[in-house]
Amino acid sequence: MAVTAETRHRSRPHGIERRRRRVAYGLLLPGGGWLLVFFLVPFLMMAYTSLKSGGVLSGGFRFTWEFSNYIDALSGRQVFVMRSLMYAAMTTIGTVLLAYPAAYWIAFHGGRWKNTLLFMILLPYFVSFVIRTVQWKFLLADTGPLLGTLKDIGIVPADFHVLATPIAVVGGLIYNYLPFAALPLFVALDRIDRTLIEGAYDLYANRTQAFLKIVFPLSMPGVFAATLLTFVPATGDYVEAEILGGPTTKMIGNIIQTEFLTRARYPVAAALSMVLMLTMVLLTSIYAKALGTEDETLAAARL
Amino acid sequence: MSVAVTAAQPRSVPVEEAPLRKPRKRLARLILPTYTVFLMLYLVTPILVMILYGFNDIPGERQTPRFWGFTLDWYRTMFDDPSLTQAVRNSVVIAIVAAAIATPLGTTLGLALGRYGFRGKAAVSFVIFMAIAIPEIVLGSSLLSMFVQAQAQLGFVTILLSHIAFNTPFVAVTVRARVQGMDRSLEDAAQDLFASPIIAFWKVTFPIILPGILAGLMLAFVLSLDDFVITNFVSGQLQTFPIWVYGATRIGLPPTVNVLGTLLFVAGVALALITAVSRRGEGSE
Repeated sequence: MAVTAETRHRSRPHGIERRRRRVAYGLLLPGGGWLLVFFLVPFLMMAYTSLKSGGVLSGGFRFTWEFSNYIDALSGRQVFVMRSLMYAAMTTIGTVLLAYPAAYWIAFHGGRWKNTLLFMILLPYFVSFVIRTVQWKFLLADTGPLLGTLKDIGIVPADFHVLATPIAVVGGLIYNYLPFAALPLFVALDRIDRTLIEGAYDLYANRTQAFLKIVFPLSMPGVFAATLLTFVPATGDYVEAEILGGPTTKMIGNIIQTEFLTRARYPVAAALSMVLMLTMVLLTSIYAKALGTEDETLAAARL
Repeated sequence: MSVAVTAAQPRSVPVEEAPLRKPRKRLARLILPTYTVFLMLYLVTPILVMILYGFNDIPGERQTPRFWGFTLDWYRTMFDDPSLTQAVRNSVVIAIVAAAIATPLGTTLGLALGRYGFRGKAAVSFVIFMAIAIPEIVLGSSLLSMFVQAQAQLGFVTILLSHIAFNTPFVAVTVRARVQGMDRSLEDAAQDLFASPIIAFWKVTFPIILPGILAGLMLAFVLSLDDFVITNFVSGQLQTFPIWVYGATRIGLPPTVNVLGTLLFVAGVALALITAVSRRGEGSE
């Protein structure tokens, strides 16, 4: 009698443990399976495509370990890669500098308006990304409502001198990624234990010291996530460069887009895309090593 | 005795200093809120321009920088261009179906990640983070590579499959955050009261994480409605609203685009507000 009770007691947690694990894998299966087929397999296919040779018109593509595609893809393209990285870096610095003070104020002084203010920051996401960018083109046009003297011209002239500059492209990128940066910054700042700041004041810290020694270091996971969530997508972005930019502001995304969709040079385009992705993975992991851990990134990325 | 004196001092000093600090503090209190207001104005400006120019009484068919006067014409004729109407319809249908499929997929994924420990959890978390952070163009070009390889007909189905793929991770992280924030003891209590795990889930866990699921659903819908880059890669000849707008940018946009954009904006905001208010009503937030 006592023995069976004992064994049952011992075996029960074990059975529950096994059942929990079965439930976990069962829950994981549908979503995880979808991501496997439509996220991981496509990457393998892109890698595979990047090593093919041939052309659409010359009888299709064959897999031939054509590593020269990578040389082909990059020759003369370094300028676009460098420009994209430059623009993305400027965008990242711009968004974090612009978003941090507002995120700070909302987190510490937002009070019962916190959710409303956050909602205001997210408002642009309710308008299509393309339309938002087109509105900036409209606003920044030489004859537009912002810059322009409202000259009476029947048709919008193809006169985008102010527009086709790096400033217009980076400005558009900053605008579109600002809410992306503001959210993780807010989450990190909001999470800071207020008693730590009071503690700093008790220890004679002035406001600047309290910020530099307590608030800023504790908000680093947010800064880390914000920079990542801005820099990585901004590097590959081509819509701002296409709509607000000109021939001198082409980014790597424009090149990939043209190679894929206009010229149908799939292997070269796939090779370029692979280079972009690997560059991002490399830079991200260096950055993660230097600044934070992946756990912190994930924590702060939970919008 | 001396210990007590030194211990008391730090507390008294800030109190004495407080009046001195006050004027600076008051000024500082003005700077940040003013800045925040300006930042919001900056964020809202293009939206206001979009709404305003939907009423622009232009002489031709294409939008001009000049505001000619107020008209409701474009609201009357917003569905007159069949290709534009079809593009909007495609966008809405794809967003609804993609969100409806991505939400259960992401919810179960979020539950698995938020509640259970299992082998490969770190890898799954990493893939989800990558899926969110990777440049859209990489995702788009890899999906196109696969569809080309599979000789799939580009169009509605390929757009839908791709949208579900990029939506699911967003739903998963939203639900996971909610699951991790919940009190596990509630569910244990339900099981102590002889509820089966399934009943405990539906009666206790599900209502608690429902706001997270709804937020994920909303996010998926909005992201899908808005997506341009990935859609552009896998759409073939089919046009969605952002693709139509992008294509028409070169020749100038008709004001009906402003009108449709405004209506989608108002509908989205209304939906979000209703969700938020109903959530507050439940008292769960």
